[in-house]
Amino acid sequence: MRYAVFIWTKWDTDEDVQADMFDRYGEFARAAGEAGVLVDGSALHPVSAATTVRLRDDEVLVTDGPFVESKEQLSGYYVFECVDLDEAIAWAARIPDARRGAVDIRPLLAMP
Amino acid sequence: MDETQPIDEVFRRESGQVLATLIRFCGDFDLAEDAVQDTFLLALERWPGEGVPPNPGAWITTAAKRRAIDRIRREVRRVDKEAMVSRVREMPDDPIGLEDDQLRLIFTCCHPALTLEARVALTLRTVCGLATGDLARAFMTSEATMAQRLVRAKRKIQVAGIAYRVPAPDRMGDRLAAVLAVVYLMFNEGYTASAGDTLARDSLTAEAMRVGELLCRLMPGEPEVLGLQALMLLNHSRRDARVDASGAMVLMSDQDRRLWDRPEIERGLALLRQGTRTGSVGQYWLQAAIVAEHAHSPTAEATDWHRICRLYDLLFDLTRSPVVQLNRSIAVSMADGPAAGLQLLEPLAAHLDGYLYFHSAAADMHRRLGANAAAAQAYRRALALATNDVQRAALDSRLHEVTT
Repeated sequence: MRYAVFIWTKWDTDEDVQADMFDRYGEFARAAGEAGVLVDGSALHPVSAATTVRLRDDEVLVTDGPFVESKEQLSGYYVFECVDLDEAIAWAARIPDARRGAVDIRPLLAMP
Repeated sequence: MDETQPIDEVFRRESGQVLATLIRFCGDFDLAEDAVQDTFLLALERWPGEGVPPNPGAWITTAAKRRAIDRIRREVRRVDKEAMVSRVREMPDDPIGLEDDQLRLIFTCCHPALTLEARVALTLRTVCGLATGDLARAFMTSEATMAQRLVRAKRKIQVAGIAYRVPAPDRMGDRLAAVLAVVYLMFNEGYTASAGDTLARDSLTAEAMRVGELLCRLMPGEPEVLGLQALMLLNHSRRDARVDASGAMVLMSDQDRRLWDRPEIERGLALLRQGTRTGSVGQYWLQAAIVAEHAHSPTAEATDWHRICRLYDLLFDLTRSPVVQLNRSIAVSMADGPAAGLQLLEPLAAHLDGYLYFHSAAADMHRRLGANAAAAQAYRRALALATNDVQRAALDSRLHEVTT
């Protein structure tokens, strides 16, 4: 099964913390890649870089994002290939930000 | 006499296993449930005339497989019909030896990715076979709401890919804790519920104990499984003594111990002993051991409160729960006097101010110290938080005692 995994966390501006997280994500991606679990994924720039787009009455409305304001930010995503939810949970628990933020697992809707 | 009653009981006892196995072979909760329900209607039609078959489990299995296959063939929208039919055909015709399927079903229904309410509802519906209407009455909600809750939970199991299996040993600790929490909630919902239909609640208590017994049979090496069953039995053994003829609540110290159910106590104590032989004990075992001290004490006065205090110490180390600390302070007040109890109790106010039992415990300790004004104030706080008439009457009579 394919799962989208969304990483929610508070943005940390401390450079040492960022460098450390960068290393940990590198390790995680390597392990998940070797296990054949990691299909896709990326970190995201902070929400201050988000742009929101709506189409209303055929008019494109563009505003400064994000669409949903929240205390914790969506800071990255992965796509996992796993046999079942328990395997996805086990991998999600190894994502570095699971320690300080939270990770949502959403099964991808397979197109018929 | 209602002829359907024994059939209903035999069927429900035997069909849980069949349903659990059928779900594994067909991979579809709804289809399996519908097939078992069709089989129940068939049993209602046949069994009164032909008698209950000698091996009802095998009879139900054969009939349910046939009904499942009929249903698969009739479903217009299903694409993988023949593959599913052949999987169902592979299901053994005798349920003996397939007990692990019931564990798979329990662990799936109690997966922590489901809300606690959904887990409880699904377990009662699927593992215990309670009707949706009975569930709705037990939880004081409409049948439509309960049906919706069940549909959502089953859909999540399917689309989120919750596997139908007993968790791997490295995940067993958490997953078993999630199962036991569901069983204990079912029990407490039935045993101490603050409102609702009495009959429906009694059935929750009975079902919790039935699932507990099943878990003891299937996982005899898990001390917490044994501990929880012991805890439920030991609490349940006092059911006839805890309410008097007028329906008023009777405190444990005032209960007529001749009304306690001795066979349930013996069974509970035996499970506790079995638990000590299987390894390190956990919170359910410790709670049961505390209740056991009361259960085997011949009179309230003879209770070994010092031993109970030591058990509470262990339980508090394990849980760090303020409610456990509250109960520990009550035990200390019995072992070393109300002043010692209050000293432990008072720092908990910050955590437990909205909790009825915090105020009723404080009130009792003040009363025993002769501090009637402080006792009255605490009884009034407790009364404001009481949700059922039995509790309210007991608190009222205590308040009356300290104000006159």
